[in-house]
Amino acid sequence: MLEIYALSAAYFETKVLREVSLRVESGEILALVGPNGAGKSTLIRAVSGVIPITGGIVRLNGVELNRLGYMQRARHLAVVPQARELPAAFTVYQTVLLGRTPYLSWLGTASQKDHAIVRLALERTHTAQLAERRVSDLSGGEQQRVLLARALAQDAPILLLDEPTTHLDLQHQSNLLNLVRQLCQENNLTVLMVLHDLNLAGLYADRVALMDSGHILATGSPEEVLTTENLSSVYQVPVNVIPHPDYGTPLVLPDGHAHSFA
Amino acid sequence: MKLFHRHPFLATALLLGAALTLSVAIGPVFIPVDTAARLLLAKLPGSSIPVSWPETYEAILLQIRLPHTALIALTGAALAGSGAAYQGLFRNPLADPYLIGVASGAGLGAVLALAIRWPGTLLGLYTVPASAFLGAALTIAIVYSLARIGRAVPTTTLILAGVAFSSFATSLTSFLMLRSNTELRRALAWLLGGAIMNGWEPVWAILPYVVLGLGALSISGHALNVLQFGEEQAQQLGLPIERVKLGLVLAASLTTAAAVAFSGIIGFIGLIVPHLVRLAWGPDYRRLIPLSILGGGSALLLADLLARVVMRPQTLPVGIVTALAGAPFFLWVLRRAKTQAYW
Repeated sequence: MLEIYALSAAYFETKVLREVSLRVESGEILALVGPNGAGKSTLIRAVSGVIPITGGIVRLNGVELNRLGYMQRARHLAVVPQARELPAAFTVYQTVLLGRTPYLSWLGTASQKDHAIVRLALERTHTAQLAERRVSDLSGGEQQRVLLARALAQDAPILLLDEPTTHLDLQHQSNLLNLVRQLCQENNLTVLMVLHDLNLAGLYADRVALMDSGHILATGSPEEVLTTENLSSVYQVPVNVIPHPDYGTPLVLPDGHAHSFA
Repeated sequence: MKLFHRHPFLATALLLGAALTLSVAIGPVFIPVDTAARLLLAKLPGSSIPVSWPETYEAILLQIRLPHTALIALTGAALAGSGAAYQGLFRNPLADPYLIGVASGAGLGAVLALAIRWPGTLLGLYTVPASAFLGAALTIAIVYSLARIGRAVPTTTLILAGVAFSSFATSLTSFLMLRSNTELRRALAWLLGGAIMNGWEPVWAILPYVVLGLGALSISGHALNVLQFGEEQAQQLGLPIERVKLGLVLAASLTTAAAVAFSGIIGFIGLIVPHLVRLAWGPDYRRLIPLSILGGGSALLLADLLARVVMRPQTLPVGIVTALAGAPFFLWVLRRAKTQAYW
């Protein structure tokens, strides 16, 4: 369970998070959506302790973030970063093994148990057959799954994902998000996921939080949050929202035609 | 070759053993290995090996060859181990142990000591090395505090502060050398890595730094592996990165400072040996650091051997030979590499 109360953070003088409050339950996926620069990635960085918090409280499974050391944080919370600039020469196995860092001694000697957890993470993300390949030789979708495997090896109940589908094609997008949903249900994970694609958010998230200029504007079910009114005002383009023909989840259509000929 | 590929520690240990043996044996007087071994065994208490060698051998071996060999091996190990750690810390293949100013700080210290010619001999022969070590340590302290932003020391600002301060120190050094022409030759020899001191004292002086520093670096392999994914991910994986960075900079810099103090600025070893190890055995820093240490000791011993024999009886500054002989060798290895993604 992840609880965020009135969280503020700033890069030097610029406030990028203003009193953000969010609560994500165990076994739940919350999608964080909003325009570029809304503060979504910053929220992930603040909650994972990379940038200092200037106000408010973050609780990981009931424990306050500031009371936890680096290693303890990493045991509570794992982050799947965007797949870019991975060190070329590392193999998939070496990369996923680094997920065990919060449990290893300074020397980094992995036990049989650590190796077993790594192998399980590889299998569950369908990357076991890639184990000896170099991460630089993989496709974007494979790299993203390897980073997900590394986060699973971290064995943390809270999982944060920063735009995991951004560079993936349609098939890999849905494969990855299905996998996240399956892992969330099986392991009772608390999942907070930044997504650019509003339709994917509508399809895969239990709840959606809409962010703009460092604020949370609305939180709730996809149907409650992804409305024509909310989205038009935040993205400042006219949009149309229609129900998905099979699932009834909101489908967002940019109203580009009317806009460009206006 | 396959055996060596599979057992990197065997390969580097054998190489180091061979280099040590050659370094002890070869010189103006050739001392066969078996003679050297018997001579050393005879020095052990209670041994009954008859003396069957010229008397001069003992002095040559114990007072010249052995301390020289030990100093060279330790210096090479220190440079290559620190270089590997710096490359990992800065995630930059161009990083070497001198990147953030150890060499220019040490150089300034050494040239200052030579130029001022302190009244009396406060530290005697050790004025130059002591001053060089102090210069290097001070430089690192200044650069590290200049690079600090808030509670963090970003590696990019650390590199920039280091490079800028290095240029400053180097200019001061050049200025001092122009002003005091009497000691120019000694200063130049020091800056070219040709000021290797004799006797056991330098060995004992650098030993604690090298052992502690390289020990600390050797157990930091896992932390360096994590750092290869960037500081943000390293933090999210549970690494206390500011402590790790400070520890690595301290260990690598003090080790390098101690090593250059007694021999001068020897280039290339700290840059190239880690790359050779990477090309041969991959990027895992848990192996890369200790293998670079063994390989660096061997490489500098071989370069020193060349420096001693190519223009006999003259000895070249070893700092010239490292690049002169090392660069072609490295380029040959690089051309043969099967993959670009060895880094």
